[in-house]
Amino acid sequence: MRVWLAAHQRAFSATVARLAGAPLTSLLNITVIGTALALPLGFYILLSNLEGLAQNYSPQPQISIFLATDAKEADTRDIAQRLKAQTGIAGFRFVPRSQALESLKTRTGFADVIAGLDRNPLPDAFVVDGGRNAATLDGLRDQFARWPKVAEVHVDSDWARRLESLLRLGRYAVLMLASALAFALIAITFNTIRLQILTQRDEIEVAKLIGATDGYIRRPFLYLGSMIGFIGGAAAWLMVWGALLVFNEQLRPLSELYAIPLQLAHLNSADSLVTLVFASGLGWFGAWLSVRRHLHSYNPT
Amino acid sequence: MTQITLSSVHKRYPGGHEALANVSLTIEAGELVFVTGHSGAGKSTLLKLMAAIERPSTGSVIVNGQNIGTMRTRGIPFLRRHFGLVFQDHKLLFDRNVFNNVMLPLDINGYDRREGARRVRAALDKVGLLHKEKAQPITLSGGEQQRLCIARAIVHRPAILLADEPTGNLDADYAAEIGALFRDFNQVGVTVVLATHDTQLAARLRPRLIEVRAGRLAT
Repeated sequence: MRVWLAAHQRAFSATVARLAGAPLTSLLNITVIGTALALPLGFYILLSNLEGLAQNYSPQPQISIFLATDAKEADTRDIAQRLKAQTGIAGFRFVPRSQALESLKTRTGFADVIAGLDRNPLPDAFVVDGGRNAATLDGLRDQFARWPKVAEVHVDSDWARRLESLLRLGRYAVLMLASALAFALIAITFNTIRLQILTQRDEIEVAKLIGATDGYIRRPFLYLGSMIGFIGGAAAWLMVWGALLVFNEQLRPLSELYAIPLQLAHLNSADSLVTLVFASGLGWFGAWLSVRRHLHSYNPT
Repeated sequence: MTQITLSSVHKRYPGGHEALANVSLTIEAGELVFVTGHSGAGKSTLLKLMAAIERPSTGSVIVNGQNIGTMRTRGIPFLRRHFGLVFQDHKLLFDRNVFNNVMLPLDINGYDRREGARRVRAALDKVGLLHKEKAQPITLSGGEQQRLCIARAIVHRPAILLADEPTGNLDADYAAEIGALFRDFNQVGVTVVLATHDTQLAARLRPRLIEVRAGRLAT
């Protein structure tokens, strides 16, 4: 165990020395990986900020229940009772037909037309604040439509639906971008390690001849791969951080105009950790593939 | 104690070239053996079979009780740790200094750094290169490079020392020095197998001679 730890420690410090020994190559590698990771990371941050904004500032979708024009006061009370008992709704209010007519008069400029009517054509109505979930809203609509003396139920869930599908589209785009660039990252480390194996060809051959196990030979390359990935991930994090700093500065006047706090938040610590682990893992995987592909040619025949 | 046994060994390389045919021999622990013969007679192949660098096409090669022909590839590194290998072309690593070249086998064997350093200095002292421990191998002469290769081969105190033409590129004086080193190791109990066509060296050290002629042992 102690020997094993010492071997790992040695491989680790040898890897650090190797990276520091070729600063230009290391820097280029890290920049490439950092940029590749910064793109999906940036989009992800934009998306999650947008989601948060949408949650906070979108109007609650509403369900309007229009009663039949021959509905009596008792029917109205019955509906109100049912709504009170209903689960899954945020609240409701009753809009009597007279009030609806009044507001139509004042708000739409149809006063003349309405004054010409001999009777109020509007029904009594309930306005229900539904949840945010479009599927729930549809369920509620079907349920309300079956109640007695309900003439029509109208759901204005279109907005919620559109937002939902837009965000889903965005999430897919980020996922696709991230997978494409994950492949790029694997390819980059694969190639970096391949070149490293070529430059250390003599060392590998000699080490094999004097009794090095495959694990011993593989270890420094795997370390190199994960370390390139890790530092690349950290570089991506920093790039996004810098971009957000600039971006938020530009958002300030806009947020004053709209009187809402429009500031993009960076990754939280859990997401940051996941990013770093993911980047190291991809680097490790690229190195592993490369080592597997290029080292077995050194085995005895 | 028998250390190396070859029985009816054939070695054919891809392409049909038969490097060794029907070779049987036994080497006891502590022997000093010279394998002689012309270039291309099969000396190197014989040594490569003993060091598990090649596997026999047929027949068996048994080293320290392990059959090289049938053992799994994963086991080979551990078998190799019983050997010290000396190469004609030295196979030194030019990206590190003398000290770290000799350190490599100890790293592989998992020695800790301080114990390792002690052994490295002992090995360098033995071959007369202690004052050059910080030098780069490229700055050493041919004889010194060969001695460095020997230091690397013996630093982990192997039971068997296998050397392929260790004096091939050296003039007579250097060759005599190297020969004396091998005799010293043999005298402390190391089995030494040396492929060479250096007859002067053979005359001086009086080893057991095994001659290979066109892939067969000459009797």
